[in-house]
Amino acid sequence: MSRKQKKTLYRILASGILLVVAFLAPVEGWERFGLFLILYILVGWDVLWKAARNIFYGQVFDENFLMSVATLGAFAIGEYPEGVAVMLFYQVGELFQSVAVGRSRKSISALMDIRPDYANIQKDGQLVQVDPEQIKVGEEIWVKAGEKVPLDGVVLEGSSFLDTAALTGESVPRRAEPGTQLISGCVNQTGLLRVQVTKTFGESTVSKILDLVENSSSKKAKAEHFITKFAKYYTPAVVYGALALAVLPPLILGEGWSQWIHRALIFLVISCPCALVISVPLSFFGGIGGASKQGVLVKGGNYLEALAQAGVMVFDKTGTLTKGEFQVTAVHPNNVDSQRLLELAALAESYSSHPISRSLKEAYGKTPDSNRVSQVEELAGKGIRAVVDKQLVWVGNDKLMEEQKVQWHPCHKVGTTVHVAVDGVYMGHILISDQPKPDAAEAVQALKNLGIRKTVMLTGDSKAVGEHVAQELGLDEVHTQLLPGDKVEQVERLLKEKSPKEKLVFVGDGVNDAPVLSRADIGIAMGALGSDAAIEAADIVLMDDQPSKIAVAIEVSKKTLRIVKQNIVFALGVKGLVLLLGAFGMANMWEAVFADVGVSVIAILNASRALRT
Amino acid sequence: MKKQFKMVDLDCANCAAKMEEAVRKIPGVQSVTISFLTQKMTIEADEDQFEQIMKQAVKACKKVDADCQIQL
Repeated sequence: MSRKQKKTLYRILASGILLVVAFLAPVEGWERFGLFLILYILVGWDVLWKAARNIFYGQVFDENFLMSVATLGAFAIGEYPEGVAVMLFYQVGELFQSVAVGRSRKSISALMDIRPDYANIQKDGQLVQVDPEQIKVGEEIWVKAGEKVPLDGVVLEGSSFLDTAALTGESVPRRAEPGTQLISGCVNQTGLLRVQVTKTFGESTVSKILDLVENSSSKKAKAEHFITKFAKYYTPAVVYGALALAVLPPLILGEGWSQWIHRALIFLVISCPCALVISVPLSFFGGIGGASKQGVLVKGGNYLEALAQAGVMVFDKTGTLTKGEFQVTAVHPNNVDSQRLLELAALAESYSSHPISRSLKEAYGKTPDSNRVSQVEELAGKGIRAVVDKQLVWVGNDKLMEEQKVQWHPCHKVGTTVHVAVDGVYMGHILISDQPKPDAAEAVQALKNLGIRKTVMLTGDSKAVGEHVAQELGLDEVHTQLLPGDKVEQVERLLKEKSPKEKLVFVGDGVNDAPVLSRADIGIAMGALGSDAAIEAADIVLMDDQPSKIAVAIEVSKKTLRIVKQNIVFALGVKGLVLLLGAFGMANMWEAVFADVGVSVIAILNASRALRT
Repeated sequence: MKKQFKMVDLDCANCAAKMEEAVRKIPGVQSVTISFLTQKMTIEADEDQFEQIMKQAVKACKKVDADCQIQL
């Protein structure tokens, strides 16, 4: 509780006790009036003051003003204790509300507590702390155990484990060694690291993420717009209703004034739409905070809202559903042992830096001895020819084998096949393919369980590879051999085919699918760890590239919307009911105060559930 | 030009909505959002008369809730 809040609390406690005393005090007439008036001023002077000031500015439908009118009205018709009590409970509710909002705000900012306060640099042989904003690209910083990495950079010296939980929700620490790219916002757990800075503070991952989350509340959901609009009409409507209630029945029916004024005052107490105006944005704010705790950054309440209606999910293949890196997945030797086949391939490819050569060398496991290799010739689009241990070795694709008239056979598995021949004799082939991410199949299944009607994969890859992956992961539709422009066309077609209520989500790695990301109703990008393009183009960013996090995001979105609906129905229901009862003289001021601040507090508490996922 | 300002002592959510509405009506303001939760105003307005617009914005907010201060 802040100091201001504490002061209010003491004032409320003191006036509460005094109210009981005054209620029991044996005083009558003017003395009683005076006693309660003093109490009233003690409880509500700030509300009265604000009301007076705001009226001066022409704010008729100001909550302070309405509350003042309601309570002063109670005084006017002789209900002194009620006037004081209503003001008192209004203050209690306001205090509660401000504490609850403060608390949720704090827990969300604690989630985002990744902003580094300082960076260590070496000066005259000693480490000194400086503002990270002053560090330039290329400078060296030191990150001690337990400290946050302040800027993006590359490790020059030292090794350690990094806790990336605040960024990705991933609890398993990552290893950092010389050469590792470091992302700001991670926490260095064990060793001392010397780091060369690669990005200024403003460009660093941590600044980008903080910006994004802080700005997310400026992109409002439809539900928020509805509430603001509603609030604009609600208060005047209720106030005019109160006025009519106070004046018309006594004039028409000729009944007593005080009874109808009392009913009108009840209206005024309920006239503030606070519960809704606070709780709906708070729910979205909490939902966004909760999602970021799981490593999912949502750029606005509108996207979180739309995600709950996702019906069609379109995926890019490479880097999104698959790892995007080539690996040897099968070795099929012909009359030699498989290690020999790998050795031949690795040796012949030892001078190449093509991704396929790299994966061959990786599978071989040892560093190929390049002294055994000579006369290497790369044959563009076909493969490589080299002399290994005085034998002529051909490593390449089907075309190369055809050309060299080698007796080869195709592989029964899907992927890129690398054939090996020595002196015209076929040695077998090695299959290289891009593997699906470990959680990809599970992610597709989870999305279907969450009500995604159709899953589609778009890829530039060959028909065989694309269809194989789609089948393995259980996708409904697959389109292969697409150029970037074709992907946009496919998405356009899917947008036309879906029902207008559904949303189309495109999930890509953000590298070259920016046009598709922006064309889809919601664009989700992978590869935020390092890729600025992804953060820029997408509406939702998965920090750890795991497709299964999409399901998590949808769950958060659905939960948030449930809470928003509950709050709207609950707040409007209670207010409507008390208004109705009040008009017929069956509700009292107490119920009205509950319908105002009580409902607010309950709605705020409910909204803060959105934060917990 | 787009800028963000901190709003100190922004105590009520409905006031934030009212302020937003009032600032939006100032000529030259392209877009504005006031977030009660982050206590921030994000405003986009014509660059050459930005200062003038901000003066009006402060006035408009003061009318809604005099306690709230915009840190310029």
